[in-house]
Parts: sequence; C-alpha cells; structure tokens
Amino acid sequence: MVPAGEAWIWRDLTFDLKARDRLAVAGPSGVGKTLLLRAVAGLDPLDEGRIALEDRPRESWSIPAFRSRVCYLHQRPALLDGSVEENLRRPFALEVHRSRSFDEAEAVALLERLGRSGDLLRQRASNLSGGEAQLVALLRALLPGPSILLLDEPTASLDAETTQRVEAMILEWVTASAGRALLWTSHDPSQLSRIATRRLVLERGHDGAARHRET
Amino acid sequence: MSEGYLSLGAGEVALSATLLLVNVGLSWLLRLGLGRRLLVAALRMTVQLLIVGQILRWIFAVEEPLLVIGLAMVMATFAGIAAVGRTSRRFAGIYWDSLISVMGSSFVVTGIALIGILQIHPWYEPRYLVPLLGMVLGNALSGITLAGDRFMDGLVDRRDSVEALLSLGATRWEAALDEIRGALRIGMIPTLNSMAVMGVVSLPGMMTGQILAGAAPADAVRYQIVIMFMIASATALGILGMVLLSFRSLFDAGHRLRLDRLRMPGSLSDSLPLLRRIRPGGR
Repeated sequence: MVPAGEAWIWRDLTFDLKARDRLAVAGPSGVGKTLLLRAVAGLDPLDEGRIALEDRPRESWSIPAFRSRVCYLHQRPALLDGSVEENLRRPFALEVHRSRSFDEAEAVALLERLGRSGDLLRQRASNLSGGEAQLVALLRALLPGPSILLLDEPTASLDAETTQRVEAMILEWVTASAGRALLWTSHDPSQLSRIATRRLVLERGHDGAARHRET
Repeated sequence: MSEGYLSLGAGEVALSATLLLVNVGLSWLLRLGLGRRLLVAALRMTVQLLIVGQILRWIFAVEEPLLVIGLAMVMATFAGIAAVGRTSRRFAGIYWDSLISVMGSSFVVTGIALIGILQIHPWYEPRYLVPLLGMVLGNALSGITLAGDRFMDGLVDRRDSVEALLSLGATRWEAALDEIRGALRIGMIPTLNSMAVMGVVSLPGMMTGQILAGAAPADAVRYQIVIMFMIASATALGILGMVLLSFRSLFDAGHRLRLDRLRMPGSLSDSLPLLRRIRPGGR
C-alpha cells in the first residue's frame, strides 16, 4: 500500500489464514493495521500483490460475494437510522444474502450471551451507547454467516465484563463450524494472547520502512 | 395581443432608475455603505440586459438555425459550469457530468415541447426557443447544484454507514441508494415548492410578463402550466443524470467508495483554468 507521492506503508507482506485460525494483527498506532484489514476486505485498493480466498484470487470473485464471506467490522460502529432490529435485518435485504433470512430468536440468544436483553431490538440505534452500538454492529456482521471476520478493535468501547463475553462468543463462533477464521487487531496485548493462535506483528523500523514478523 | 401594450422608451427606464435614488439617499444619510454597491449592481444589470437585448434582436432577425443552436449551446454551457460553481466539493470530470446532465435534460425537454407540444414552425423559432430554454436551464441548474452537493456531502458525512453496508456484501448501488434518494429529494425541493405556491404566494414572472404584454390571463395561465411541467421534468431528469454520473465517479467497479477522488474547490486540479475563470453574470 502506498499513498500517492509517499513511501510504502508496507510491502512484501505475506500471510495466510487457515480454517479455525485466529490471527492477531499487532503493532503501534498508525502502523497500518486498519488499512491491512480494509485492504483484505477490498475497501482500499492494493498497489501490488494479490489476495485469494479458497485458492481463488479476489478478482475472480464478485466483490459483494467475497465480502459476504470475508466481513470487515469497522472500529467505529456505523449503525443506520431506525431500530436495532432494522439494523440487524438490513444485511438480509441485500442481494447477496437473499437466500438467508433474519432469525430473531438467534439474535436474541446472542444478545443475551452478551448480557443484554432482547428488548434492545426495539431501541432506536441512535440512542445506543458507544459500547452497545459496537455490540449491535458485531451481531449485524455475525448473523448473515460470514466465513472470515476481520475485527478492528471490536471491544474498544466495552467494559471489562462485556469484553470477556464478546471474546468468549467469538471464540465459540470460530470453532463452532469448520471453515471459519478470524483476523483481529487490538492495542491490548493480553487480549491478543487470549484470542489469537498466531500473531502478525507490524512495526516500523528506524528507517521508516514497515516490517512484519509472525510469531 | 399587442392591443393596450405599453412600449417603454429610454425615458421611462431612466425615470425608473430614480426609484433607486431614494435608497441611495437613505444609505448616504444613515451611513449604511450600501449606495455604491447598489449603483454598481444596477449598472451591471442594465448593461447585461441591454447587451442581451441586442443579441436577441440580431438572432431573432437572422432566423438561422445554426446560430440559434449555437446560442442554446452557449446558454447550456454557462448553466452547466454554474451548476458546479457552488458545490462545496468537486471531483475530476464533475464539469463534464454537469454539462451532460444540463444539456441532455434541457434539450430533450425543450425539444419535445417545441416540436411535439407547442408545434412551433420552424422548431428553432428563437422567440420561443430562447426564453423557454432559458427558464428550463435556470431551474435545472439549481436542482443539479443542490442534488450534486447533497450527494457528495452525504457520502462524506455517512461514509461509515456506506462502507458498513459494502462490508456486509452490498453492491455499490445498494450501498449508495439511500444517498441517491436523498440527493434526488433535495434537488427537487425548489421545483416542488414553487409549484406548490404558484399563483397563491407568487405570480410567476413569465405569466406576469404575458399579462403585461396584453395576453388574456387564461392564455398566460396555460402557458405557465406548460412551462412548469417542462421545468419539473427537465429538473428531475437533470438531477437524476448528475447524481448517477457522480455515483459512477465516486464508486469504482470494485464496489469501493472512492472519497479520495473528492477535492475541496480550493485545491482544484481537475478543471481547466478556462472553466475556472468563467463566471456567469447575474440573472
């Protein structure tokens, strides 16, 4: 990735993600963790290199189909106007998810696992706290059934208890079915060690060039 | 039709200018500092209209279709440039998008009206074509500015929501649809408002003009209705064109939102210097 007229943000970055992998992307602020997730999801262009899903290059996928499998969750939750339920239903109105339908019981069950009641569904999205909005955005990404979740600081505005519940829920989600995997960024090293099976560390050298190593 | 029509000479016009002297005097007495600006604006308006009057007299006399079409192109070009002039953001190619939208919508609608509805012979008769096209252009231009501005602002303000939809697998069209609808709604507001209060709050200028020129009120009203339909239809077409062309520029084939293509006008590198210098005059 390279913004016009500037140095490379990173280059020669190679990693793969196998089923049930939980890869943590670590590194200081500004090193390009968010950009990496956005580039994988195709929200930002790559200047060179390629991304493949199930051995097929991304170019051979229709992008909406690719993103329905590889779902990026923004750091700042962006909910749409309307109730929480309308937000959770919204993905199912998209062409790419037309074969699925919204399962209210499943949504309520997930909310309860996160320590919230099903009443939250009737609330207006604009009245939610930052933490609740983050939970709703997470559920909105989970319910349509992606294979790979790209989570960008998904617990940044949550309290400690809810953070634990989110971690437990996502760990269970990854292992519940074959073919799921996780890419997770966080500033919190202890969270990464709880969540991740592998770590990809992005760092900037003294010369300003980005390096990466896998541990 | 010209029965009872009062033709104005230079004397009457000069006399009407004394109306302004009252304001200038008040401004001078109260030290409002408005007098000079008022005089400059009045002078400018007078000169512009006198020049336009000469040009129209010449074109009306020549009745040469190429000349009329040329004038129509010039009018539409000014409208297309002016429509972008007041948007708060730009992207490369926005002037072309605006020109295509303005010309496409106004030429199609005015053409249908002249040939199909009013059945003017010859169709390019400048006495009909020029004023009708002018009214259509003036309104389409406001709609296009509002809709284009709103579309770009909406994408910037709600970038997170649009990208959240894209991340969930929305096509670019699905992700942009709310913003497209919002832009079309805003673009149509002035036209819908003016239709809603027409005759009740405001008496349209063209109708007033026809009545002053001696036309029967019922006749003037029928003309005005035709004009309003033309305006509404051309404005709707024009803003639809502008919003769809902007959509094509601001989302790419990879279903990505490309706000990096937007610039604030201060840092314009996209338009030709010529386009930047042209500033359309007053009304």
